[in-house]
Amino acid sequence: MNFLKRILGLLWILLAPVSIYYLISTAGSEISKKPVIDTKIQWGVFIVVFIPIAIGFVIFGYYAVKGEYDQK
Amino acid sequence: MASTKGIWKIITASSLGTLIEWYDFYIFGSLATVIASQFFPKTNPTAALLSTLGTFAAGFVVRPFGALVFGRLGDLIGRKYTFLLTLIIMGSSTFAIGLVPRYETIGFAAPLIVLCLRLLQGLALGGEYGGAATYVAEHAPDHRRGYYTSWIQTTATLGLFISLGVILLTRHLLDSDLSKSIAKFNDWGWRIPFFISIILVIVSVYIRLRMQESPLFAKLKTEGKTSVNPLKESFTHKLNLKMVLLALFGAVMGQGVVWYTGQFYAQSFIENVCKIDFDQSRTILIWAILFATPFFVVFGNWSDKIGRKWVMIAGMFLAVISYRFLFSQLMDISDTKNKMEIAERKEVKTAISPIVNSPNSIRTMLTNTFFDDGTMLSESKKDTLYSSGNMTFKPELKISKTLGTGGYWKMVLIVFVMILYVTMVYGPIAAFLVELFPTKIRYTSMSLPYHIGNGIFGGLTPFIATLLTTIYVNNKLAGLTYPIIIAGLCMIVGTVYISNKIDPNLND
Repeated sequence: MNFLKRILGLLWILLAPVSIYYLISTAGSEISKKPVIDTKIQWGVFIVVFIPIAIGFVIFGYYAVKGEYDQK
Repeated sequence: MASTKGIWKIITASSLGTLIEWYDFYIFGSLATVIASQFFPKTNPTAALLSTLGTFAAGFVVRPFGALVFGRLGDLIGRKYTFLLTLIIMGSSTFAIGLVPRYETIGFAAPLIVLCLRLLQGLALGGEYGGAATYVAEHAPDHRRGYYTSWIQTTATLGLFISLGVILLTRHLLDSDLSKSIAKFNDWGWRIPFFISIILVIVSVYIRLRMQESPLFAKLKTEGKTSVNPLKESFTHKLNLKMVLLALFGAVMGQGVVWYTGQFYAQSFIENVCKIDFDQSRTILIWAILFATPFFVVFGNWSDKIGRKWVMIAGMFLAVISYRFLFSQLMDISDTKNKMEIAERKEVKTAISPIVNSPNSIRTMLTNTFFDDGTMLSESKKDTLYSSGNMTFKPELKISKTLGTGGYWKMVLIVFVMILYVTMVYGPIAAFLVELFPTKIRYTSMSLPYHIGNGIFGGLTPFIATLLTTIYVNNKLAGLTYPIIIAGLCMIVGTVYISNKIDPNLND
């Protein structure tokens, strides 16, 4: 189980930037399709709010890789 | 081990205040459309900007900041005074929203004041829950912590229940003629649910003032062992930070999306996608909440016996595998193509009214179609008849359905199942969170992941889900992708990383 926890940690480290890339590219495409204030605010809020959370997910993955969640 | 003497007084006092805070928070959301028409006219771009911020993000996004501000305070000066403060802030700002003059009276100040008050509501809510959950948990005996804290867990759903009930009653009771009553409600009656809050808050503040400080916190304070800087200890010390992250990604983010999908997105889906009328879409939720609420206590209690982890994971798993089926059933029940029309009962009413100072007229056509299962489909079509003989190219069409008894109760059952998942993920979570962190930084450490998970991942669910349906317009279930992915991810993280062990001692 500890091995699985560490391996999955790598996945979390990769998943976070991929999600943010997807979020930003979707936001860009949606804003360019409908460049009104509502669309800009909505997507802007998503980006501002989810970037720190994604950073948290990278840290979580890093801790997992380092064995911080291993069962002693 | 704490004794159970006086525990019900503690639970009642804590739960009542928390319930009122949720009520206050949700009446704003439930009345968002009415509030927008009073304070945020779309003709003024700045007011429209404030509208989007106020109704969309402010209340949810500031909740984690409330968790930091009041969590820190709760770990420094104590639980009792902090959640007393949050209650007063919430009650005052809710009451004040009811007092704000409309945009026509004071102009731009109106939406600005409302936005500020909404921010205060979000901040107060961010500080309330962690305090109440910590307070009850620190009084509860170790072997029944899940059971006793689950009473606190009922408050969010009951707050929503009461807000829906008060709004429906007020909407119906302002005049004997329903259409006049609704018009009065939209004009000034919407303020009543906000005013009611102050009475509830005064009662709750009185009760909370008579409460004692948490015994665990009082002991720490007497021994001089309280934290000097709870924020630093919670989020810069690896031992605590890793638990904060585990709580967020392994439990609370999944709980948040399940909570808001079952209770908010389901109602929005029934009203906007299935086109069920205003009253029915709300009473369906009210009945489902009523039947499902006792299960918070059932699952909280169960978590004391089998551990918190698997109860929460099971709730997320069931949500992930069944959401698409349950929502497609909601669409099937409301789909009139599956029903037999009673042609002889069809009603068509047309009214033509001239437009003042114009040679053109407005034509309103109301068609009521009845079906064999008791469903009624109302279609209201409004178009302009031009003196030249032309008609509006794209007439305004409004569709509303009233379900027959069978369809109505089937929808109640489906929403009940979704709220049952909510009770599984939410019932044990207070006990789970308090057990993760030491007493001296518990308020701060548990509040932040809770409000990121519940407020941001969960609170944004209806918005993100609706947004997805506007991107993938041909797939009415596209909105479910978000809660399914988040709950699925959380389920995997929780299954692999969370321990099912119940902390035998909170006094650390």
